[in-house]
Amino acid sequence: MTSVSVRDLSLNFGAVTVLDRLNLDIDHGEFLVLLGSSGCGKSTLLNCIAGLLDVSDGQIFIKDRNVTWEEPKDRGIGMVFQSYALYPQMSVEKNLSFGLQVAKIPQAEIDKRVKRASEILQIQPLLKRKPSELSGGQRQRVAIGRALVRDVDVFLFDEPLSNLDAKLRSELRVEIKRLHQSLKNTMIYVTHDQIEALTLADRIAVMKSGVIQQLADPMTIYNAPENLFVAGFIGSPSMNFFRGEVEAKDSRSFVRVNDVAFDVTSYPARTRLHPGQKVVLGLRPEHVKVDEATEGHEVHPATVDIEEPMGADNLLWLRLAGQSMSVRIAGQRRYPPGSTVRLSFDMAVASIFDAASENRL
Amino acid sequence: MDNMVASNGTLTANETGTGRIKAGPSGRKPRRRLSRRNIIVYGTLIVVALYYLLPLYVMIVTSLKGMPEIRVGNIFAPPLEITFEPWVKAWAEACTGLNCDGLSRGFWNSVRITVPSVIISIAVASVNGYALANWRFKGAELFFTILVVGAFIPYQVMIYPIVIVLREMGVYGTLTGLVIVHTIFGMPILTLLFRNYFAGLPEELFKAARVDGAGFWTIYFKIMLPMSLPIFVVAMILQVTGIWNDFLFGVVFTRPEYYPMTVQLNNIVNSVQGVKEYNVNMAATILTGAVPLVVYFVSGRLFVRGIAAGAVKG
Repeated sequence: MTSVSVRDLSLNFGAVTVLDRLNLDIDHGEFLVLLGSSGCGKSTLLNCIAGLLDVSDGQIFIKDRNVTWEEPKDRGIGMVFQSYALYPQMSVEKNLSFGLQVAKIPQAEIDKRVKRASEILQIQPLLKRKPSELSGGQRQRVAIGRALVRDVDVFLFDEPLSNLDAKLRSELRVEIKRLHQSLKNTMIYVTHDQIEALTLADRIAVMKSGVIQQLADPMTIYNAPENLFVAGFIGSPSMNFFRGEVEAKDSRSFVRVNDVAFDVTSYPARTRLHPGQKVVLGLRPEHVKVDEATEGHEVHPATVDIEEPMGADNLLWLRLAGQSMSVRIAGQRRYPPGSTVRLSFDMAVASIFDAASENRL
Repeated sequence: MDNMVASNGTLTANETGTGRIKAGPSGRKPRRRLSRRNIIVYGTLIVVALYYLLPLYVMIVTSLKGMPEIRVGNIFAPPLEITFEPWVKAWAEACTGLNCDGLSRGFWNSVRITVPSVIISIAVASVNGYALANWRFKGAELFFTILVVGAFIPYQVMIYPIVIVLREMGVYGTLTGLVIVHTIFGMPILTLLFRNYFAGLPEELFKAARVDGAGFWTIYFKIMLPMSLPIFVVAMILQVTGIWNDFLFGVVFTRPEYYPMTVQLNNIVNSVQGVKEYNVNMAATILTGAVPLVVYFVSGRLFVRGIAAGAVKG
């Protein structure tokens, strides 16, 4: 059953087209993350779903009801903002109950809902305080509570963790995931942080300039990116790209990049690779093996440029085929700059894109 | 510090003791009281302060003297014999034309003009600014541009047309008419002030309130107003001083019995019969200026805060 359905949605600001005939169906109880860099239209799309922006064309359905022209309050949504957007002059309790009082809900029911929300989020001790007396994490919890008391089917999150420091962010991330598991509401979550997207989402929609580049579950997005943009956007440090040409020899296929020929026979290509085809070979830093005895894989020598130890991992910057590439290895394995390593690649988890269309082959 | 790290945390007595500090500059940098910089800064400030305070001093001193003492001519000398007679006369007995009931009548006229003008103009302008900043309705930019242009048109251009409009409305020469004029002329600058302040408030607050179901007036009264005290104080100060000190509109749009304090002060000071009573004139002038002065002193700190709050982001 679809919970939120966006159909042929367009939005123009004057001559600027932000969203162009966008389609998106979100299942009931699904956690969908809209991921993209700033200015890609992800927050705009969320604001359209919330009803805070008037759409230029198309329709929005929430719970099979056409809400395209409805006011935000009538759409059955709750929203959490990046800057928390708590009413500064009201106590936490007032902040939670404001929307319910505006809707003229009986006081007994308001008390019940505020009590329930504050229990779920563990903010009972804070109810009498003003937002200015709360820490960032507590504020965001209250902001989530404000969406919670509305008793709605769809939660909208607009970069809710971006204003928090790294430690709090990872804590609250887990809490949001726990909240989703217990409430089972539909959640649409906007972020530019790929870790948040990968950890929280049932499905991720990667956006770029108003267009959804790929809509899939996190593992598919990570392992089989649909195009060059998604491949480069997901993953940190990002995927290594080698521009080259397909060659065929003795019923094996290779991608030749300068003086190096990568054996890609084991790559599960969707369409056959033609000799002479210009392609981009993508290899994730964590999929490269360094100095490991591997059967059936070619071995390429490379020189270490720079070593970046990060504790759990160690990131090596190497030179291969005349360009720089990064490789992630275990933290205790150290290679001083200048040392030579032997690399081998598992092409089953590599990605190959057409150089012209930039789509996955 | 480098030494401490190098010795791996084990400190010898030699390294912790005062022996480590060598001769030469150490600790806080000394500053000379009478440096050239200080002399220039304080000298300039003192001169400017005197420049502004001297006239006020002369006025206060003169208003406390009797006429014989004034005729001696030492205007900077403090009064030998302090008298409050001129103040009483200025307030209750000074003559303008035929009536001799002093400035008090003008004072109450000014109060009756200022209070409704300030309240109405701020109420209307704050709603204007709120609508322009948060509800981007069709043509909002155009309305705003017209208002801003309005702020730059000289008042004199509009006087005669407004006289005709007020006459047609039947309120020419009444206090109502003058209140309307003050409200209209306060609109451009006040709307600009409020719009910039509201535009500086986080937009997400407004969005959150809309998701919560609050409408135009609920958001204005419950969310925006409680956050806007500083800008209301600024607007109030601007309007109280502006309207209280107004002379032109007071003279043009009212009849003599409704003349505000400023107009009456002018008439007292410029009356030609009899001797010039400098002490009464000085007292009358201070009395007229007292209201804006008190407003400044009472709300000075809020004023500075609000101006900054409204001006930085827009």
